[in-house]
Amino acid sequence: MQTTSTISTALITGAGRGLGRALARQLAARGVKLVLVARSRVDLDAVVAEIQAAGGEAHALVADVADKQSVFPVAHQAAALVGPIDLLVHNASSLGPTPLRLLLDSECEDLDAVLATNLVGPFRLSKVIVGSMALRGRGVVVHISSDAAVEAYPTWGFYSLAKAGLDHLSRIWAAELAGTGVRVLSVDPGEMDTAMHAAAIPEADPATLADPAAVARKILVMLDDPARAPSGSRQSAASWEVA
Amino acid sequence: MHPATTPRDTRSDTRLLAVDRDTGAVRDGDIADLPALLRRGDLLVVNDAATLPGSLHARTKDDQPVELRLTGAPDGDTVRAVVFGAGDWRTPTERRPPPPPLRPGDLLHLVASPDGHVLKHLSHAPATPADTSTTPAPSAAPSEHVPEDLSPTPGPVAPMSPVPSDLSAVTATVLAVDPRTPRLVQLRFSVRGAALWAALYRLGRPVQYSYLGASLALWSVQTAFAARPWAAEMPSAARPLAWSTLLALRRAGVGVAALTHAAGLSSTGDPALDAALPLPERYDLPAATIAEIHTTRARGGRIIAVGTTVVRALEGCVDAHGELRPGPGETDLVLSADFVPRVIDGLLTGMHDPSESHFHLLRAFAGEAVLLTAWRHANAEAYLQHEFGDATLLIRDLAA
Repeated sequence: MQTTSTISTALITGAGRGLGRALARQLAARGVKLVLVARSRVDLDAVVAEIQAAGGEAHALVADVADKQSVFPVAHQAAALVGPIDLLVHNASSLGPTPLRLLLDSECEDLDAVLATNLVGPFRLSKVIVGSMALRGRGVVVHISSDAAVEAYPTWGFYSLAKAGLDHLSRIWAAELAGTGVRVLSVDPGEMDTAMHAAAIPEADPATLADPAAVARKILVMLDDPARAPSGSRQSAASWEVA
Repeated sequence: MHPATTPRDTRSDTRLLAVDRDTGAVRDGDIADLPALLRRGDLLVVNDAATLPGSLHARTKDDQPVELRLTGAPDGDTVRAVVFGAGDWRTPTERRPPPPPLRPGDLLHLVASPDGHVLKHLSHAPATPADTSTTPAPSAAPSEHVPEDLSPTPGPVAPMSPVPSDLSAVTATVLAVDPRTPRLVQLRFSVRGAALWAALYRLGRPVQYSYLGASLALWSVQTAFAARPWAAEMPSAARPLAWSTLLALRRAGVGVAALTHAAGLSSTGDPALDAALPLPERYDLPAATIAEIHTTRARGGRIIAVGTTVVRALEGCVDAHGELRPGPGETDLVLSADFVPRVIDGLLTGMHDPSESHFHLLRAFAGEAVLLTAWRHANAEAYLQHEFGDATLLIRDLAA
């Protein structure tokens, strides 16, 4: 099984901000060649500049993970730029319309959009990239989940449904890929001080929220510990301590 | 033999004709029979190159339309391409008009494909309110023809960003014209890296030929394990391999190993150029694959190449170095009837008839009488040919 010492390339979605950006910086610091995907070129360019200034390698791909037409272009451009992908992090995520609202007050079209970004998009991108991982016998896929995948919080309906689906997608991938050398994880990062959290719960006190950089460090530790975080498992950042 | 005129939705819906390369015995079946036809300890070697959107349309400085077909992936900002005059894949290549004369220094402006589909792109998506006031107006919406005379964006491009905010303003400069034919040129793009790849994927389409019924989507020309987009045309012998088949092979003790080979164009319609094909092609041979080949041979297993591109990479490497060497390389090996493979014992390939040059390449793996017998059988049994067609397995000791 791969750990961060054998991962040489990674693709991270939603890499312009928050946890995606923190993961990108830390992986780059370990010498991993990165392809960063987000909808905003401005955000991506800032992260790429930061990584390059620190001596790392990162490339920006502006794309929407919900767009079916972008899937093959993103996967293949990524491989063209850094080589076959060893680590795929599905971090891009949408809350749907904010302020969050009750199911009875929600539009069906908004469910389609949330599922497209949080569940269908990750499936499509994995489908294109995981084949090359399984062929080469190495690779890790990380789905960024949420405790909303497990708990039924009022007004978090669409996001929760998508994250619950994503957790189960992880388990099915892991079952089908058993023996291929590809590891699939679902990670609940906990409540973090991010733009997304502020959009969902504007009144939250940032002091009570985790720093995305601290959560990113925990995810790297999970990657390095296949015994404690085996393929198909769901990990909560809260139960990992980092020195 | 008839061509398959459309991609199959289900990879495993592919018929497989197994042929004993020594006795000429044939066996009809389908691709899912592979695990039963091979033995524990055999090894399949596949080409994991993804297929490029290698057909690009452009306008010359005199506004003449041309089509560029890349012969492989760009190396930095340069690429080799075959240039056609007006028209597209619907016209057989041999009937395509020649391009207007091109000279070193000539500039070509890339434009949207006449098929109209342009990948949605988001380089103008305003990210912050401040950004919207300084970003040039978005270029053509999807399905609109992009004007060819857009000048490079004068707008404020962040210094760390090598990406012009209008990807359609990408140009290619002719660096050299091949002495063999004015259709083969070396080009230098105005951008490189992520910006070049983004432009290729936004404007390019897969190379295809006139026997197909409709314009191909990029996903129709990929194998189930494609990674780096190096191939000008699909490594089609591997297209029928679904993951259900690949995992069944591994469960049956048959290894599946990868290399990457930049499969080139199969046909250009220009006799001088077609005679020179295949052009030298690059490959990348993983050390792990070489180790599997040595293990397989040591225990008496058969090495089966999936497609002639795998043959070119492996045999070309041995031909050049006397042994398999890991890492990148380039091969100019040309297979012929008298070529004696040193690594490969068998071949999984498409259906080829005696009028194709490809048929003669197979002579390295079976005598002419065996190939003709197999071809007559395939013809009578209505197997389909070309890149979306059926498959042939040529091996020794075909199980009865």
